[in-house]
Amino acid sequence: MIRKASPRSNTLWQPALSPPTDGRIMLEACQVTFSFNGTPVLDKVDLRLEEGKMIGVIGPNGAGKSTLVRLLSRSLTPASGRIWLNGQNLDQWRLSDMARVLTVVPQLPQLPPVFTAWEMVLMGRTPYLGWMGRESEHDRAATRQAMEETKIWHLADRLISQLSGGEQQRVVITRALAQEPQVLLLDEPTAHLDISYQVETLSLIGRLVKERRLAALAIFHDLNLAAQYCDELVLLQQGRVVAQGSPNHVLTPSTLRQVYGIEVAVIPHPHNGLPVVLPVCDSPSR
Amino acid sequence: MNPSGKWTGPGTPLPVRSPQKDAVRPRPGRQGLLLLAGLAAVAVTALLGVAWGSLSIPPATVAAMFWRRAVGEVAAAPWPAVWETVVFDIRLPRVILAALVGGALSQAGAVYQGLFRNPLADPYLIGISSGAGLGATIAIALGLPLRWGGLGAVPLLAFVGALGATTLVYILSRTDGRPSVTTLLLAGVALGAFLSSLTTFLMFHTKDAFQTMHIFGWLMGSFALSNWAKVWMLGPALAVGGALLRAYAHRLNVLQLDDEQAQQLGIPVERTRLVLIVAASLVTATAVAVSGVIGFVGLIVPHAVRLIWGPDHRFLLPMSVLTGAVFMILADGLARSLLSPTELPVGVVTAFCGAPFFLYLLRRQRKYVHS
Repeated sequence: MIRKASPRSNTLWQPALSPPTDGRIMLEACQVTFSFNGTPVLDKVDLRLEEGKMIGVIGPNGAGKSTLVRLLSRSLTPASGRIWLNGQNLDQWRLSDMARVLTVVPQLPQLPPVFTAWEMVLMGRTPYLGWMGRESEHDRAATRQAMEETKIWHLADRLISQLSGGEQQRVVITRALAQEPQVLLLDEPTAHLDISYQVETLSLIGRLVKERRLAALAIFHDLNLAAQYCDELVLLQQGRVVAQGSPNHVLTPSTLRQVYGIEVAVIPHPHNGLPVVLPVCDSPSR
Repeated sequence: MNPSGKWTGPGTPLPVRSPQKDAVRPRPGRQGLLLLAGLAAVAVTALLGVAWGSLSIPPATVAAMFWRRAVGEVAAAPWPAVWETVVFDIRLPRVILAALVGGALSQAGAVYQGLFRNPLADPYLIGISSGAGLGATIAIALGLPLRWGGLGAVPLLAFVGALGATTLVYILSRTDGRPSVTTLLLAGVALGAFLSSLTTFLMFHTKDAFQTMHIFGWLMGSFALSNWAKVWMLGPALAVGGALLRAYAHRLNVLQLDDEQAQQLGIPVERTRLVLIVAASLVTATAVAVSGVIGFVGLIVPHAVRLIWGPDHRFLLPMSVLTGAVFMILADGLARSLLSPTELPVGVVTAFCGAPFFLYLLRRQRKYVHS
C-alpha cells in the first residue's frame, strides 16, 4: 500500500476516532468496509470532507468509487466502520433532514420523461415541503435561480424526453443545487457533457464550493479534470485508498503505473502548474 | 431572462404549455378553479343521471325535489308521490354510488400507474378483483345468510376477499425483506389466475342457472343493487383514502424517479410505497365490494387526465376522482337504458367505450405511452 504523504494531508488526516466538534468537517468516513456477496468492495476507507473543499475520487474501473458514494449517501449500509454527517451518525438522520444537508448527483440517472425540466428541478425542493407538498414562492425562486446559474432556464418548458443526455445531466445537477445542500456528492458529473459544458459545470461547482462553503466529493475518470478542479485527490484501487493528497502528490508516474498499469508522463499545466497526465503510447508509426 | 417571455418572474413560473402542446400545466391558482368546475360537472351529471331512466322525470323537477328536501318544505308536492320514492330511494343512491365507484377506481388507477411506473397498471393489478370475485362467488354460491349494517353477504365477503388477496400478494412478493415492484406484479398475476380458477370452479359447481347468472353479472359489475348502506360504506372510505393519497401525491411524484434518487430527496421509499398501496387498495376493495368488477375506468380515466393536464399527482388524483365520477354516472345511465327494460352490466359499457378510447390515446400519444 502506497501512501503519498503531503504536508497538507498530514495535518488533515488525523486518526478519526471521535466526531469533530468545530463544524468544519461536514462528512467523515472512518474505517468503512463494504462487501458484495462476500467479495470485498471497499476496505477500511477513511475520508473527510471539509467545508469549501472539493475532493476528487479517482481509480480504475471497479475500484469501488461509486460504492463509496452510495455508502456516503446511505443508499448502501457499510458492513463495518462509521460515517458521520455533520457530527451525527449517518443512519440516525431523518431522511428529509439529511436531504437538506447532503445530496447526490447520480451517474446516468433514469428520469421520467413526462415531466418538464422545470418540474424536475423543482423536485429538488422536496425536503423543504410541508405535508401537503405545496411549493412556496421561495421554492420557486430557488429553483429559478439554480436554473439560471446552470444556464438551463431556457429549457424550463421542455419535457425531459425532449432533452439530450447532456441536458438531462445538467437538469440533475441543477436539481441538486436547488436542494441547497451543504454536502454535494457527484458520481461522474460530467460524463455525458462535451468539453465546454464539462468546464462550465465544473467551474460552477467549484465556484459554489468556495462561495457557499460546500463540501464536495466527485468521482472522476478524467484525471486531468480532477487535477484542475479538486483541492485533494483520493486514489482508490480494489477498494483501498492507495494515495491521497494534493493533485501533485497523487498524480505521479510511479503511482499511476502501479494503479493503472500504464506508463504516463506528468507535466505541469502551462497556466497554473497543476499536473497534466499524458499517456505514453508506443505508437507503431514512430 | 426567459426567451419565450411567458414567465415574468419567480412568482408565476409554472410552465403554461409544453412546446409540443400535449399537456397544459395548470398554474396553482388555476388548479382550484378547474377542480371546482369538475365538481360542478359531477353535480350536473348526477342530476341528469337521476332524471334519466324508464320513468323519465324532467331534470328541473328533480332539482325542485332536491330543493324541497333541502329547505324542509311540508306543503303537498306538485308531482306524484312515487317520484319521490324513485328519486330518493332508488336513483339517487345508485347515481351517488356510481360516482363514488368511478372516482375511487380512477384515483386508485392513477396511484397504481404511478407506483409501478407502468402506464398499463390498473386498480385490479395486484389481486383485488380476483379476490373480491372469489369472495362474492362464495357468498352467492353458498347463499350465506350473512348481514351487517344493511350490507349483505356479497359485498362483505367480496371486501374480505379483495383485502385478503392483496395482502397475500404483498407478503408473497417480499424477497429478502423488501417487496420489489416486479415480484409484486408477477405475484399478483399468479395469485389472480389461481383465485379465478377457484371462482370458475364454483360457478360450474353450483349447477344453478340463476346463481351462475348472478355471479357472472357481479363479475362484470353492476349498480342495480345499490342502496344507501353501500353509499355509506364507500363514501367514508373514499374520503379518508382520498385525503391520505392527496397528502402523499407529491411523494408519488418523486417516486417517479428511481428509488435511490427518491431517497436522496428525503423520501423513505419503502414506507411511502406501503402507505400508498394500502390506501389505494382499501379504497379499491371497498369500491369493488359494492359494485363488482368494473374494468377500464381505472385504466383510461387517469390517462386522459394526465394527457390533458400533465403528470403532477397533486392535481391528477383529485381531478381523476371527478372525471371518473362523471364517466361512471354516464356509463351507468347507458347500462340502464341501452337494452331497457333489461339492464346491462356496467362493465360492458365501460369496456365498450373505454377500450376504443384507450386505443385512440395510444395512437395519438405513442411516445407518451412508451415512456
